[in-house]
Amino acid sequence: MSEHIVPVRIYVTIFLALLLGTGLTVFAAFIDFDKHGFPSQFNTIVALTIAVAKGTLVVLYFMHVRYSSRLIWVIVASALFWMGILFALTFSDYLTRGWLSVGY
Amino acid sequence: MQAIESFEVPTPPKVNYINAQYGLKSWLLTKDHKRIALLYLGSVTFFFFIGGLYAMMIRLELLTPQGDLLQSTTYNKVFTQHGIIMVFFFLIPSIPATLGNFLIPMMIGAKDLAFPRINLLSWYIYLAGGLITIYALLAGGVDTGWTFYTPFSTTFSNSYVVATGLGIFINGFSSILTGLNFIVTIHTMRAPGMTWFRMPLFIWSHYATSLIMILGTPVIAITVLLLAFERVARVGIFDPALGGDPVLFQHLFWFYSHPAVYIMVLPGMGVISELVANFSRKNIFGYSFVAFSSLAIAVFGFLVWGHHLFVTPQSVYAGMIFSFLSFAVAIPSAIKVFNWTATLYKSSISYDTPMLYALGFIGLFTIGGMTGLFLASLATDVHLSDTYFVIAHFHYIMVGGTLMAYLGGLHYWWPKISGRMYPEGWGRFSALVIFVGFNLTFLPQFVAGYLGMPRRYHAYPPEFQVFNVLSTAGASILGFGMLIPAIYFVWSMRYGKHAEANPWHLPGLEWRTQSPPPTENFEVTPIVTWDAYEFAPREETEVVGKFGPELERI
Amino acid sequence: MIEAHATTEDVHAHPALQHHFENMEQQREAGTLGMWVFLVTEIMFFGGMFLAYTLYRSLYPWAFASASNHLDITLGAVNTGVLILSSFTMAMAVYFTQIGKLRPQVWCLVLTLVLGLTFLGIKGVEYYDKYEDRLIPGYLIPSRPFGPAVQQEGQPFDEHKLHLLHGATVRQVEMFYWIYFAMTGMHALHMIIGAGLISFLIYFSLRGRYDPEYHSPVEVVGLYWHFVDIVWIFLFPLLYLLGRHLEHG
Repeated sequence: MSEHIVPVRIYVTIFLALLLGTGLTVFAAFIDFDKHGFPSQFNTIVALTIAVAKGTLVVLYFMHVRYSSRLIWVIVASALFWMGILFALTFSDYLTRGWLSVGY
Repeated sequence: MQAIESFEVPTPPKVNYINAQYGLKSWLLTKDHKRIALLYLGSVTFFFFIGGLYAMMIRLELLTPQGDLLQSTTYNKVFTQHGIIMVFFFLIPSIPATLGNFLIPMMIGAKDLAFPRINLLSWYIYLAGGLITIYALLAGGVDTGWTFYTPFSTTFSNSYVVATGLGIFINGFSSILTGLNFIVTIHTMRAPGMTWFRMPLFIWSHYATSLIMILGTPVIAITVLLLAFERVARVGIFDPALGGDPVLFQHLFWFYSHPAVYIMVLPGMGVISELVANFSRKNIFGYSFVAFSSLAIAVFGFLVWGHHLFVTPQSVYAGMIFSFLSFAVAIPSAIKVFNWTATLYKSSISYDTPMLYALGFIGLFTIGGMTGLFLASLATDVHLSDTYFVIAHFHYIMVGGTLMAYLGGLHYWWPKISGRMYPEGWGRFSALVIFVGFNLTFLPQFVAGYLGMPRRYHAYPPEFQVFNVLSTAGASILGFGMLIPAIYFVWSMRYGKHAEANPWHLPGLEWRTQSPPPTENFEVTPIVTWDAYEFAPREETEVVGKFGPELERI
Repeated sequence: MIEAHATTEDVHAHPALQHHFENMEQQREAGTLGMWVFLVTEIMFFGGMFLAYTLYRSLYPWAFASASNHLDITLGAVNTGVLILSSFTMAMAVYFTQIGKLRPQVWCLVLTLVLGLTFLGIKGVEYYDKYEDRLIPGYLIPSRPFGPAVQQEGQPFDEHKLHLLHGATVRQVEMFYWIYFAMTGMHALHMIIGAGLISFLIYFSLRGRYDPEYHSPVEVVGLYWHFVDIVWIFLFPLLYLLGRHLEHG
């Protein structure tokens, strides 16, 4: 049997990190970064960064991707990349609409 | 040719997957991928026939410039339903679910797909989706165009949009499960020695198709759900009057529906690779280029959907990006056409029915693909959009391409599937009739579209009548041509000449077992030491291909 | 059926080995790969809704912030904690199955199920509050179309009334709510399916079906459950934490 058994202490650490992240994101949500001279939409950036970090921990440790084959890594990366294509090309439309004032 | 010609299949008692078990239950509850492929073959043909009936009504209406056969609202339903049935219930499942299901395990030396019960489930899901859609058609039909553009489909149409959407949504799962099954099978169940680059190109195409299925289909699923949600709840997801954006619908819809056309054509290309190599007795020219082109088509196909939105408020800059990428996506397809042609060059071509279909595909797909370039170019697309030029373009690829490949593949593998030969004379005759009928139907439509005839109209200015009459005449010939194989395939199951294990004398793994195959495909799991299209014998091939109980597995 | 294997593994074939696989390792690999491929489809499925959310949020930022502030952040945060804990217990269930400890395995599965149902219960409470405040979008409930009470300036604060920030309109706020219900509703549906799957796991675990050599179903359901958790990890900040800094900043 070739599967890797993740030790319990890693699971506990990750779990605590996730709870911490949740608390952090709630706390940061109430701080108005715009007022303190941070770049605009910084609240969103903070929230998304924490969410991505939490998601990454779940993927790597709870879902064992850290200990999985290269194929699984490629699959996870491809899924995210494809969602990226959906977003990027759709927003290439919405973000550039105002640029040319001819017809539409 | 020694090793192939003298290959002997151990003669088992005449038990094969067809007669291994009798009774309706053994078919409806089967886990055998070959039986499931036949279940699909039957249902896919049924839906093709229904879609064909709608096509007949369209062509009959368009014989005269006036809208005299059908009312405009009825005509709207007819072309919508023609599109929905053909796209979702014929073109997308046809080759993967029939030929793919049957052959993929055999070509890689496996006993079945990775998840046989999920395979059966996907057929039942396909049927459920199909039956719900048929209910919607019978209850009153849907008139939004197969593209379901909002806000007509969400707010103004009085037809069975939600029911049809539900049928399509359910059918999507069938596609997803098939693709999932293929991907896992190809990764994990190849026989010893069957490396990626020894696999037939048919497998590469189906792998690429499966990638598209799993990455794209979920998006149409959520799109159809949101469409239904908007219609039922009357919220403004895509309706500008309520705060939504109709172009968002088109982005989401075409994000799937453009790659969907590659789901429809890639398996056909896989069949053509097999036919071209095997019926010219020559290794495919540039195997790895063809293999990688399949993957490239799958990837690039996801980057071009905006070319369906050139005449919407989509930004011009996005349009330029999509236009450029649409030109780029033609390249891997062109590579394939070059490679097939180079394979044929100076080879030993035998003009059997499958080869006739393959040659037809190469020419017709090229025409279809090249006319796509006019549509990919922003300025010309403004003129050609929503005209018959577009219709001719995609029918050249779908019918001239996919359908021809499907028929070619059916003929090629018929002896393996049924254990019988089809009548070769009738095969060649019907291939020619179909070719002539097809071109007569769709070539005039290019001209009519260029001259300005709009699509989805049941009445048109009289100057276009000549093209429509030619088109309808062609359609009758095409319809007649397609009836012939339907008849002789059924005929052959009872009266056709029995086929030996390898009637075409070819090196493929699927030919190294009896016709029809036993339920578990191979007596002993093969160990593969040869390339996919090895026609020139090598010294080592003397040992290759002979299995028996004394051969040990590594 | 003709058995023609020349292998010696036949004698010791695990009872759960399916006939078309060569060995348990291949079967396990196929099962795990299959679930990952399925999760890819789920990512693209939710991706479409995230796209719609991103678009409409950028179009109606103040309306979205207003509506977001009206969601109960305590219930949302508690639910997030509940789901994360359930992910932990699910991972522990897989762990105990891997080392062959049946009782802790079943307990962890039961805990995961209970936590999942707790999440759904809290979600139900939140949905009911929306129903009460007439925040169900459109005519989804025909007798109670969307029509929330709006907090007026100068009046005492009423937590059941929607506080509109600069320029937001009720129609725009409705856009937030169909997205909220579509996304959390779809998420809840996936959780219900997950709860069903875990129930099956508990049933079969008690019948001794899984052991260190064969526990692929537990692993694979675990992957699904973690995915559902990840979707919520993104939904929570995007839906609940949008405009908190505007109200209190």
